[in-house]
Amino acid sequence: MENKDLTLVELVVKNHPGAMSHITGLFARRAFNLEGILCGSIGDGTRSKIYLLVRNDDLKEQIVKQLEKLYDVLSVTLHDDFNIRIFQNLDELIKQP
Amino acid sequence: MKLNGAELTIKLLERQGIKKIIGIPGGASLPLYDALYESNIEHILSRHEQGAAFMAQGISRATGKAAVCFATSGPGATNLITAIADAKLDSIPVIAITGQVSYSLIGTDAFQEVDAYGLTIPITKHNFLVRSIKELLYVIPEAFKIAQEGRPGPVLIDIPKNIQLAEIEIDVWPEIGAPLESINNLDLDYIKEISQVINSAKKPILYIGGGIISGNATNALKEFAEKNSIPVAATLMGLGAFPAKHPLYLSMVGMHGARYTNYLMNECDVLLAFGVRFDDRATGDMTKFCPNARIVHIDIDNSEINKIKTANLSISGNIKDVLASLTKYIDENPRTDWINHLNKTKEEHPFILPPEEDILHPINIIRYIASIVSEDTIIATDVGQHQMWVAQAYPFNKDRLLLTSGGLGTMGFGLPSAIGAAMAYPEKTVICFSGDGSILMNIQELATLADLKLNVKTIILNNKHLGLVRQQQELFYRKHYIASKFITNPDFATISNGFGVKGIDLSKEENPMAVLKDELLKPGPALINIPIKEDENVYPMVPPGKSNIEMIGGENNGK
Repeated sequence: MENKDLTLVELVVKNHPGAMSHITGLFARRAFNLEGILCGSIGDGTRSKIYLLVRNDDLKEQIVKQLEKLYDVLSVTLHDDFNIRIFQNLDELIKQP
Repeated sequence: MKLNGAELTIKLLERQGIKKIIGIPGGASLPLYDALYESNIEHILSRHEQGAAFMAQGISRATGKAAVCFATSGPGATNLITAIADAKLDSIPVIAITGQVSYSLIGTDAFQEVDAYGLTIPITKHNFLVRSIKELLYVIPEAFKIAQEGRPGPVLIDIPKNIQLAEIEIDVWPEIGAPLESINNLDLDYIKEISQVINSAKKPILYIGGGIISGNATNALKEFAEKNSIPVAATLMGLGAFPAKHPLYLSMVGMHGARYTNYLMNECDVLLAFGVRFDDRATGDMTKFCPNARIVHIDIDNSEINKIKTANLSISGNIKDVLASLTKYIDENPRTDWINHLNKTKEEHPFILPPEEDILHPINIIRYIASIVSEDTIIATDVGQHQMWVAQAYPFNKDRLLLTSGGLGTMGFGLPSAIGAAMAYPEKTVICFSGDGSILMNIQELATLADLKLNVKTIILNNKHLGLVRQQQELFYRKHYIASKFITNPDFATISNGFGVKGIDLSKEENPMAVLKDELLKPGPALINIPIKEDENVYPMVPPGKSNIEMIGGENNGK
């Protein structure tokens, strides 16, 4: 699904306790907006996949370049075509009684 | 071989070629110090951890190689932070190793526990919290690789005490951590395209920064600039990357740059931004910076491209390789018209020197000192007016001779970084220009200097003020002087003598210049207090937020 205002950044990162701090710290320090995060370990657990929902604006280039510089970040991919409903319906994660 | 984590750490540092470590021990780093007892690495005991990290910076800035400092957990680690942040902003490879409370105590608010890893995330190039002894084999060499590879920067390694004490059997040592040689896979068509832009430019200017120095590209820059006769303007961090005495040299650009430099940059049609990051102190109002120029931006850090200023042409890569490649394709061109115009602008809007008879004018003092000491003397500065006067008036003809806190602007930088540089080059004289404000921020390191008896000469240009603050209050805050004048003024010569470093006060000397000269040419440490006019200002000055051509002062007729 196309979403013009938002874009999805897909990261593969080294899975250790500090990796997420490096990523969220970067967004705070550089005044980048972060609209949503999804994260979980992949494969044998040495790596994680993180999806960051960010605004599709002029800062996008900087966001990608700064993320690419992080030592724990192994790859950065941008997606304009993604299912935003996942972020909009996080409440569905918890099973209703 | 069976080793504990501390011994392993020290062995790995020895293998990296580290000869000196500066630090202060404490509970959580005592095993590391116990391992140092058996090592041939020399430990230098500073008097504050910030001093330790700035000494490591001094070694690193003077040599270009990574240097190491140690601190214990908690306050030891937090005291390092300013100097680590300083290294980050100026891209200096420093490795800070901190002791941490044992892993089982992490998160319990144990004695001297602080989250050194969390605190240093935004101010390091990368950092590690070591979670097992085995990780040390990877982390220590890797830290040296990270610190020195690409755009250099500081790396912190936090090692919990239990890991320092854990044991491991070592059969095979890891490779020594070193930066990968940059692979030269430049796109030749693109290089030719840039060369074409340069060849067809009428008024090109090189705007160069610290990247030329950290990229070891000073010779490549000179060949490039000379072949096509391109004038060179430097940022504060770029001073020395191009010889000050060279006819193509335009001196420093920006807030306290010379008038002719800022005027000529405003006119240029092609701006060759090489190893620079368009810092606001260099560019002034960005929207009005080099308004007529096509921008060619070369930097090793891809994230600097288009960060502040969108480039028309750019390469993210090794500046030395790019310069060498471009030099092949640019024309030999004397650029007579542009150079004549440059010389005329320089004549019309020169950097104004104070009258010669005003011998205690800071610029005259700086030039006098430059005339006495040898050309390879290392100059460290603190931060403030004296720093800007040095940047304006001291002729730096080679790289790595100016150690100054450019990005972070840290008062207290000067003395410990000068001591660090003198550790790296004990045969050299190192001069630290400081102010009466800055020197007090790390004056305790005079004790370390007294221990080491290195040839560090501290010159305090003493105006009894936080001079640059006072200047801004005078110019931009309706002379509302607040918190910029010191109520009392310490006797710095006496203080220095008290530390065991010879102190001299030129206000008490009948022939101050002769005493100054005599002292600078003697071996050993000294501190020389020089009273200067309290309300001397640094000119020209671009008011904050204004464009670089809207300078105040430093005009031919007048102040």
